[in-house]
Amino acid sequence: MSGGRDSVTIHAAVAHEYFEHEADIGIVGRGATVADSFVGAAQATFAIMCPPDQVERTTRVAIDFDEDDVELALVTWLNLLLAYARERGLVLGAFSLGREGHHWRGEAWGEPWGEKHERGTEVKGATLTMLSVREGSDGWDARCVVDV
Amino acid sequence: MNLDRLKPIDDWTWSVPKAPGEARADVRLYAGRELVEHMDDKVLEQITNVAKLPGIVGAAMTMPDAHWGYGFPIGGVAAFDPDEGGIISAGGVGFDISCGIRCLRTDLTLADVAPVAQRLANSLFENIPAGVGEEGKLRLSPHELDSVLLRGARWAVGMGYGTDADLEFVEERGCMAGADPECVSDLAKKRQRGEMGTLGSGNHYLEVQVVERIHDAEIARAFGLSAGQVVVSIHCGSRGLGHQIGTDYLVSLAKGAARLGISLPDRELACAPIRSPEGQQYIGAMNAAVNCALANRQILADLSRRVFRHFFPSASLETLFDVSHNTCKPETHNVNGRPRLLYVHRKGATRAFGPGHASLPERYRKVGQPVIIGGSMGTGSYVLAGTADSENKAFSSASHGAGRSMSRHQALKRWRGRELIDELAAKGILIRTKSMRGAAEEAPGAYKDVDLVAEATEKAGLARRVAFLRPKLCVKG
Repeated sequence: MSGGRDSVTIHAAVAHEYFEHEADIGIVGRGATVADSFVGAAQATFAIMCPPDQVERTTRVAIDFDEDDVELALVTWLNLLLAYARERGLVLGAFSLGREGHHWRGEAWGEPWGEKHERGTEVKGATLTMLSVREGSDGWDARCVVDV
Repeated sequence: MNLDRLKPIDDWTWSVPKAPGEARADVRLYAGRELVEHMDDKVLEQITNVAKLPGIVGAAMTMPDAHWGYGFPIGGVAAFDPDEGGIISAGGVGFDISCGIRCLRTDLTLADVAPVAQRLANSLFENIPAGVGEEGKLRLSPHELDSVLLRGARWAVGMGYGTDADLEFVEERGCMAGADPECVSDLAKKRQRGEMGTLGSGNHYLEVQVVERIHDAEIARAFGLSAGQVVVSIHCGSRGLGHQIGTDYLVSLAKGAARLGISLPDRELACAPIRSPEGQQYIGAMNAAVNCALANRQILADLSRRVFRHFFPSASLETLFDVSHNTCKPETHNVNGRPRLLYVHRKGATRAFGPGHASLPERYRKVGQPVIIGGSMGTGSYVLAGTADSENKAFSSASHGAGRSMSRHQALKRWRGRELIDELAAKGILIRTKSMRGAAEEAPGAYKDVDLVAEATEKAGLARRVAFLRPKLCVKG
């Protein structure tokens, strides 16, 4: 999962969308596995800040954490991505995540913010509001409200 | 909102009596019928959850600009008694700790500014870092950042951003007591490294406004406001540091609540008893974020002054007031005739001390604290004054903004940023932003009618209207 640029996992079944929230934005990630749905949630979150097709994968960010509550794991995953991106001045556009029990290991790719990037709206953090991670007949659905 | 569950007390106050065995307090909504009818039902659901938290005193309340938030509704106010097991809630403060508005009054008129409006807007846009991905020019060492967290706006003044005269008109005189940098994570501090002196994104702005209407001439005189005068308003908060503190404590308090014997009606209301080690840690970190926000607005205020003085070398830009609207502060309030120390959460609500309050600067002590309702970039904002009534009604609290009436998602479907900016320019309002998406999300039509909010704030007795400000230039994040 880690390593060079070509090793980024392609999550073919990953998708994302948004749901209504009056003040902020509801994000949804979907995938064949719970980790895939988290990747979709990350795509939804970072697409609010910049269209992902404008982001080159020149810089890697590694994410590693333990969490046995799967809903809190979604919030932790998103908030670590947001924190590391902000700390390093990066815009992120590609994500990968794996899970072994309560241990989560992932990575994200992006580049420093530049003039070429279309600016969206800054996401401050992922909240516990409308937080849910569920498996349905079509796979996993991970969602929460993000504060903007 | 379905009004069936609400009991009208008067034209501007609605109540939901506590249900036996469920809530610990009544719910009280302050707003006129039209505003309440258009509120999302989630507002009532969220404030009803707040009424279930331990140690709540009086009622759980919403201000007239209330809308659906996370944990607390935006516009939610609740006070807790530490001696009765009262809690401090990270979800009751939010991610943007101490977000607020700094208002500067100038000695300029619209006639002075109009000839240079385009160049002034461009210069403000160049000199005020705004929007996602933008960083400021300041780079602080860990030691310097700890000084910011301990000293707030006083640190910024000490570094040459403004003068001591500013501090007199900032809440807490520019420095929140009880900050503890040790309670702030390394990650939070690292997130702030490039973000001192930045505006942020979303609904944050720097506006050059003109006083279009005076509602109360006597209080306006005390505030130094007159019709035709230009003022500058800066809306922003504690940036990455506050966001990370919110993140850190939201999860840890949510996980710890059960261990502390707290049943959370919504996990986003993550909290701990005020008198617990967990509660005290969050308070130490939150107060550090308050100081970060106060320093940030002090820096931005002075950067704005420098831009203005390039065009108007002798211009005066004095701080009218600086109010925070995402906080929890220890305050003494009269409850049934007895003074009690309470921790008052205001999430998207402004403190509004009435005339005579000891904490007010001498200049405003007879008329009450300036309260600022920041409206949308196309409509306007209000300056109000705290009232004596507000103490009894809402622990001296009032509205903080127009309040959203439409989701960002819906706004994006309805408006295009470029078209909106052109439409506003045709109306004499210059917008400068790098984010067309942000402009569309912040469309004036996505907000409640600020006139209704300000009227309801006054009629409910929370604060008195003093002046209406019309935007002329706006730097959006």
